[in-house]
Amino acid sequence: MRKLLMLVVVLGLPTGAFAAGGHMSCGAVDCDRVDIDLGDQASLQRGARIFVNYCLSCHSASYMRYNRMGHDLGISDELVKEHLLFSADKVGDLMKAVMPKDDARDWFGVAPPDLSLIARSRKPAWVYTYMRSFYRDSKSPSGWNNTVFAHVAMPHVLYEWQGDQRAVLKKDKHGVEVFDRFEIERVGTMNPKEYDRAMRDLTNFLTYLGEPAKLVRYRIGVYVLIFLAVFIVFAYLLKKEYWKDIH
Amino acid sequence: MQTLLAWIDERFPLTKVWKEHLAEYYAPKNFNFWYYFGSLALLVLVMQIVTGIFLTMHYKPDTALAFASVEYIMRDVDWGWLIRYMHSTGASFFFIVVYLHMFRALLYGSYQKPRELIWLIGVVIFVALMAEAFTGYLLPWGNMSYWGAQVIISLFDAIPVVGPTLSEWLRGDFVVSDATLNRFFAFHVSAIPLILVALVFVHIVALHKVGSNNPDGVEIKKKKGPDGIPLDGIPFHPYYTVKDIVGVTVFLMLFAAVMFFAPELWGWFLEPDNFVPANNLLTPPEIVPLWYFTPYYSILRASVYNFFWIDAKIWGVIFMWLSILLFFFIPWLDRSPVKSIRYRGGKYKTALAIFVVSFIVLGYLGTKSPEVVSFFWVKNVYWVQAFTVLYFAFFFLMPWYTKYDKTKPVPERVTG
Amino acid sequence: MSKEGVNPRRRRLLAITSGLGVVGTAFAVTPFILSMFPSARAKAAGAPVEVDISNIEPGQLLTVEWRGKPVWILRRTPEMLKSLHDVDPHLADPKSKVVDQQPAYARNEARSIKPEILVMVGICTHLGCSPDKRLDAGTASGLGDDWKGGFFCPCHGSKFDLAGRVYKNVPAPTNLEVPPHAYLSDTRIVIGADKKGAA
Repeated sequence: MRKLLMLVVVLGLPTGAFAAGGHMSCGAVDCDRVDIDLGDQASLQRGARIFVNYCLSCHSASYMRYNRMGHDLGISDELVKEHLLFSADKVGDLMKAVMPKDDARDWFGVAPPDLSLIARSRKPAWVYTYMRSFYRDSKSPSGWNNTVFAHVAMPHVLYEWQGDQRAVLKKDKHGVEVFDRFEIERVGTMNPKEYDRAMRDLTNFLTYLGEPAKLVRYRIGVYVLIFLAVFIVFAYLLKKEYWKDIH
Repeated sequence: MQTLLAWIDERFPLTKVWKEHLAEYYAPKNFNFWYYFGSLALLVLVMQIVTGIFLTMHYKPDTALAFASVEYIMRDVDWGWLIRYMHSTGASFFFIVVYLHMFRALLYGSYQKPRELIWLIGVVIFVALMAEAFTGYLLPWGNMSYWGAQVIISLFDAIPVVGPTLSEWLRGDFVVSDATLNRFFAFHVSAIPLILVALVFVHIVALHKVGSNNPDGVEIKKKKGPDGIPLDGIPFHPYYTVKDIVGVTVFLMLFAAVMFFAPELWGWFLEPDNFVPANNLLTPPEIVPLWYFTPYYSILRASVYNFFWIDAKIWGVIFMWLSILLFFFIPWLDRSPVKSIRYRGGKYKTALAIFVVSFIVLGYLGTKSPEVVSFFWVKNVYWVQAFTVLYFAFFFLMPWYTKYDKTKPVPERVTG
Repeated sequence: MSKEGVNPRRRRLLAITSGLGVVGTAFAVTPFILSMFPSARAKAAGAPVEVDISNIEPGQLLTVEWRGKPVWILRRTPEMLKSLHDVDPHLADPKSKVVDQQPAYARNEARSIKPEILVMVGICTHLGCSPDKRLDAGTASGLGDDWKGGFFCPCHGSKFDLAGRVYKNVPAPTNLEVPPHAYLSDTRIVIGADKKGAA
């Protein structure tokens, strides 16, 4: 029993320590919760369509191949070729942005970052909150600002869907103006619920894109653990059997 | 089969080696939980070497290609993700296992006469392992890799007179660059592994020369039966091989649980900022080393005062190196007549407990900003300073608290 | 050691544990072996290639690259096609009996879909050198005046006719390989894929 306790303490330490200090912040605001489910293939497919149609114009996912994505998401090579292949000519190509990097640098001042790993370096909740937090700001060169990423160079690409938001400020207890909530100034083609769903699909897809192996590793992990659980029964009986000799 | 064996034995001492180190190596029969970690460390070493070889088949040590080649392994290479996660998870587990293995030695006085040399070799292995981990951490060429290497190499800057030249020599450039990556690759995949394997071999040879210690700290060779076999000894094979198989399986279950279900371990094994390619113009705001270096990193940051005309930066570096090097002196700092904690008095038990707590707290605070408050309204930097003092007290006061400790009589034979 | 002989339970447990251990090890080793096969990148780079053949004159040979290997496209003249028949007695496998060396649709005397257009991997079936093109018949080829035209491997002297069929008594064991290919139109072919899909 003491041994077991020891083990729990030793292995539990890092997790416990992190749990004590861990909280997710998205810039000046708290992250919104997003339900990530890589088993929801329809959502991943919708997310892929948004990504390829809107994000891939400027951003690359240059570690990912179209046919791998298609294979993982249940889209045949023919369908990938027909509907998703805008900036490349072969299904085995890497997902490079349509726009050359230097052009993008000239337009936005910074090269749009590669998005292959954005959900790993930033976390899915960040991506989701970010995509929902653009607001009109006349002081910014693009006309847009973001509560998650202040003074971001990227304009709100999906404003036609979401509509235009305005940030409403309030005074905190020190009298400093802080962000309170968003107000819709101009209604978009989607209602807020539809837009949130679309952004959830996109975030879901980006989570997959960050680590395609995630689709299989849990299942393989279960098999491995089951095998080891069976193995240990016999290994333990064998040890017991031999140690009968020792008094 | 028999004739083949005889043929080989005439030319190579196969049966002799088998007997001396396994079938007729007599280990004390009372090994407990803490005695699994030696064989587990060996297992992890083998796993790291094998996975490392397969990663080397696909990895490119070139600043323009390195980051992409790791993602290539994660996506394009069949099962590459599995091999990569085995290696990255293995690195952290290596330190977990080695720290527990070292703690075992502190519990049962395994460094005391006649095992001083085993301990010394062990500490050298530990230092080599740190070098191996550090050089390996640069290879993915993420932003944490880059700045981690930048910070650690800058430690050498603190050395008077030759410092700046030395750090340029280490980098092969004015900043961490392609030259640095290439040489770190050479160290990580060939030089240090060769040294590690050689040292581990010597570590085991030295161990088998004097024989294993045990939780009672009793020398089993002192009581031998008429056949010359220690009365409390049992052949390593089959008894400890079958026992270690159980230990290995438990270990593999924990390993698989992390590797398949949480390979990042919430940022403790793989940091989010390292999924961004190296950027020499932008330090990640939350830069900290990986968890196994954070106790020493804390000690480095604890020093914020200039004294004796030497500035704080240099003291920090001195303290950090000292915190590692002091392990070498333990066999001579310990003046206790007994080995095992079972027969030591309260003083040593208290000192060891404080040391373990200090080590863990320093490790935890090493991942936090010094200016932030983690416990009880006091800024981290003051906690770190307090626990640094306690950490060093364990070593510097050891000759006294071990000598004047009230010990219990040690039995003649092991107690099972 | 002697105890194992007398204790059946011990022996049984030992057998089960070792058996499971071997199975486990086999599973653990598999990913490592599989990781050495061509990666997605290699497969993408080896994707089918499309070639415009309208500019190849009769008697001319165009070399293109597929999967990093030279692929020859030869537009044969009527004389060249006629020579195929003449060399039959000197060949090791004139009827292309070794099935793996060409797709079923190229298992004919000309070893091609359209008789005049030969598509062939230019790698010798002996030890992988790329044979030299000796398309012209006669002494000028340097292979004697009875040479009907074909290919000659510089590494070990294997000889092939103008359909890539191997001569008798040379080191190469089989005919040169005809890759899967198909006509997209009269002037465009795809190499590495056919009606059954990509190779």
